[in-house]
Amino acid sequence: MAKPGMNNGQTIETSSGHRGLDLAEPLIFELDAPGRCGVDLPEPSQVSSRLGGLERQAPIGLPGLSEPQVVRHFVRLSRNNFAIDAGLYPLGSCTMKHNPRLNEKLARLPGFADLHPMQPVETVQGALELIDTLADWLLTLTGMPAVAMSPAAGAHGELCGLMCIRAALEARGDAREVVLVPTSAHGTNPATAAICGYRIEEIPADDRGRVDLSALKEKLGPHVAAIMLTNPSTCGLFENQIVEIAQAVHDAGAYFYCDGANFNAIVGKVRPGDLGIDCMHLNLHKTFSTPHGGGGPGSGPVVLAEALAPFAPLPMVRRDGDGLALVEQKSEAEGTAASFGRLKGFHGQMGMFVRALAFMLSHGADGLRQASEDAVLNANYVLARLQDLLSLSFPGPCMHEALFDDGFLKDTGVSTLDFAKAMIDEGFHPMTMYFPLVVSGAMLIEPTESESKDSLDQFIASMRHLAERARRGDVDYFAGAPHLAPYRRLDETRAARHPVLRWRGDVKEAAE
Amino acid sequence: MRYLPHTPADRQAMLAAIGVDRIDELFVDVPAQALLPKALDLPNHAGEMAVEQNLAALAARNVPAGAAACFLGAGAYRHYVPAAVDHLIQRSEFLTAYTPYQPEVSQGTLQYLFEFQTQVALLTGMEVANASMYDGASACAEAVLMAHRVTKRNKAVLCGGLHPHYADATATVTQFINFDVDRRPADPSVADDLAALIDDDTACVVVQTPDLFGRLHDLRPLAEAAHAKGALLVAVVTEFVSLGAVTSPGEMGADIVVGEGQSIGNALNFGGPYLGLFATRQKFVRQMPGRVCGETVDVEGRRGYVLTLSTREQHIRREKATSNICTNSGLCCLAFCAHLALLGEVGLRRLAQLNHGRAVELAEQLTALDGVDVLNDSFFNEFTLRLPRPAAEVVSDLVGHGVLAGVPVSRLHPDDPGLDNLLLVAATETNSDEDVAVFIDALREVL
Repeated sequence: MAKPGMNNGQTIETSSGHRGLDLAEPLIFELDAPGRCGVDLPEPSQVSSRLGGLERQAPIGLPGLSEPQVVRHFVRLSRNNFAIDAGLYPLGSCTMKHNPRLNEKLARLPGFADLHPMQPVETVQGALELIDTLADWLLTLTGMPAVAMSPAAGAHGELCGLMCIRAALEARGDAREVVLVPTSAHGTNPATAAICGYRIEEIPADDRGRVDLSALKEKLGPHVAAIMLTNPSTCGLFENQIVEIAQAVHDAGAYFYCDGANFNAIVGKVRPGDLGIDCMHLNLHKTFSTPHGGGGPGSGPVVLAEALAPFAPLPMVRRDGDGLALVEQKSEAEGTAASFGRLKGFHGQMGMFVRALAFMLSHGADGLRQASEDAVLNANYVLARLQDLLSLSFPGPCMHEALFDDGFLKDTGVSTLDFAKAMIDEGFHPMTMYFPLVVSGAMLIEPTESESKDSLDQFIASMRHLAERARRGDVDYFAGAPHLAPYRRLDETRAARHPVLRWRGDVKEAAE
Repeated sequence: MRYLPHTPADRQAMLAAIGVDRIDELFVDVPAQALLPKALDLPNHAGEMAVEQNLAALAARNVPAGAAACFLGAGAYRHYVPAAVDHLIQRSEFLTAYTPYQPEVSQGTLQYLFEFQTQVALLTGMEVANASMYDGASACAEAVLMAHRVTKRNKAVLCGGLHPHYADATATVTQFINFDVDRRPADPSVADDLAALIDDDTACVVVQTPDLFGRLHDLRPLAEAAHAKGALLVAVVTEFVSLGAVTSPGEMGADIVVGEGQSIGNALNFGGPYLGLFATRQKFVRQMPGRVCGETVDVEGRRGYVLTLSTREQHIRREKATSNICTNSGLCCLAFCAHLALLGEVGLRRLAQLNHGRAVELAEQLTALDGVDVLNDSFFNEFTLRLPRPAAEVVSDLVGHGVLAGVPVSRLHPDDPGLDNLLLVAATETNSDEDVAVFIDALREVL
């Protein structure tokens, strides 16, 4: 196997630090020439300052680069990233599906991108119509009566949902102090409940990876405000007792918060509103493919049951005669007097709304249903083709993602981390590792509906190859992986022990 | 359906490999009564051209800010974004990557986050910054929560000039924990005496500069007063271009600086997505919320970057995490970082001068109009007008003249009738002489 940068086992040193197309790139601060500038701006008019004596005296320390340098800098950086456009990115629970470029184009139409959020509402009727249309699609797909559009991401949606629940409980004079969270939950669930002033109690999984219903019933009582349950779960499983769970939660006077991070498995197949949930956030950046963008921005609208709708955050888009209004303040007349407040500035992630609606219109009711089926089909295909060599955590069928653990690596000396790093050399982004926490050395694989059978077959072949190699005891190969990535393994301990969070260097005087 | 690769034959072959006959055998765990027998009652799939026509028709029903003479600000600013910025953020490798949890194949994202953190620290005059939050308002709320953790005190004092969305977001996030938020009344004609409100239970004082009304504040006396009582000073900046012209909050003694980064590199987008900026002192770094990128080396000794200090975060700390926030505004950070790299020291300072100069000229011309007063002693690129009648009416009347005149204070503070005649007006480098002339003429006509 040829290895760039190696010749008969010897590392090749280049004088430039580049390695062919793998181009080394310094920080922008190290490319600085004082006085250089990548924009041409007109001469400012000479006015007497109105800055109140607060004129900046000290240099800022920003580097000077020309436009070609800036473009080259970021293009070189980009080449060190893996991306869904380049290859299979099976990060479980993260839903790395194709990002259609049409959606990017439409989000940039001046009629959306160049709208100021505080323009008079009569000048933004099309934008409000878009939000309202997207809301209608979300309500139809979830079978729920109301939706709060403003949350900026999944965890923000969780905050929104739990605040609705807390406000609703307080409104009925029923202070409660506990939120139940399964051990398999995303870490954001307990973190969110804590910000809402709740104590967290965990509910265990049963041996099928589902919520242990009898343990749940024992935990339920008049002190429990809500359960936060991800469905399909982070084990890639549908909670088949979900209706019984909802019934038990409601019998105890509590609310059922569903984490909708995995809604992409069931869009058009089942409506959460038919399962007894009271609220659920939707990650538009997962299910409806607004791009992840290297970690954001996201968008996390929250669908709500009737009982929670009056407490939803501001603002709200409402029909107002022939037009649409933006309700930005608490108002008896608009039914927003009980709102728990405002979560963020302005009205929501409009740029993400445009992309998500374009995704929905493109797929349509038939395509969204087919996408869910294909996502589930792909995950089960991977499961079926790997279960003899890898260790499946819970019996299938799974939903949109397949969960394996590190049982098959027992006594090999190879860890889940090593295995994941070796996948990089095979040309794949690793799956989600060590999550969920309910199994040892978790490997959570989510192929999404975007992958063709050929693509999955290649992935499966690589996974089988690596599993066999691990079983053969080729420990050094795994311990050293990745061998072929732009960078070798990075020292995360050093980064945490001695945090260096910014560049520090001499501030050069700008000479204009 | 153009986004789905499988042919019917593929699906059959895969079902066979799995060992089932029909797809619904994979949905056996869904309660049978809830499994939908067919697609929902929504339109079926549509071609690219049809979708574009559909949404373009909605877009056409809006008035883009660039199609009018636009003087809107109040936390969102229209600046020119160089073409290279939008090109770079659409690179597949940036656009379609996830959070950089695998650093060996994510150095592109990680390095720009490190550069971004450095830029934010430099601009704010602080020592460290995180890799961004949702927006300025949520960053402000997180700053107050952080002050609560650092000081173990239970009250925040918010200046009257704090953008009400920021104050609202802060009040929202703290409403269910034992914490009081003291919001001072909004009144551009008086200066808050915030120092007098700091007591032994005050975790922080939150001051915006330039504030909602455009006024600039020397934070030094307040920083001293806060520190004397063991409280933190949180500075809020909603227009980061101002930091090219005015003294940074860090130089004036702020302990946490938060704000909105939209105005560098990012379009107006009707209010989102934006990017919350968060900077603080090194000594508080382990109490800082949000994702952080740090420098390290790989096994060959090459300098590289990783997400770090994750023991603060919810993946590990769960309910004891410093914040529930997981997502940042990655791509908006990249836009900010690339635009600021193009501007550099010289460009940002000149851009700030252009903004200030344009605003000063506009203020002079508006002051010359009968019945119009500029209330500010100081401002950067935004100031407050007092009009002879309600500002919301005037703004509405001006739409027909092709002018988006500004933000009526009543839209943000509807409960105080004393503010009804006030209008927030912002000017940036995008406003031409002609825009100003159109505005002045139209305003003269409608008043």
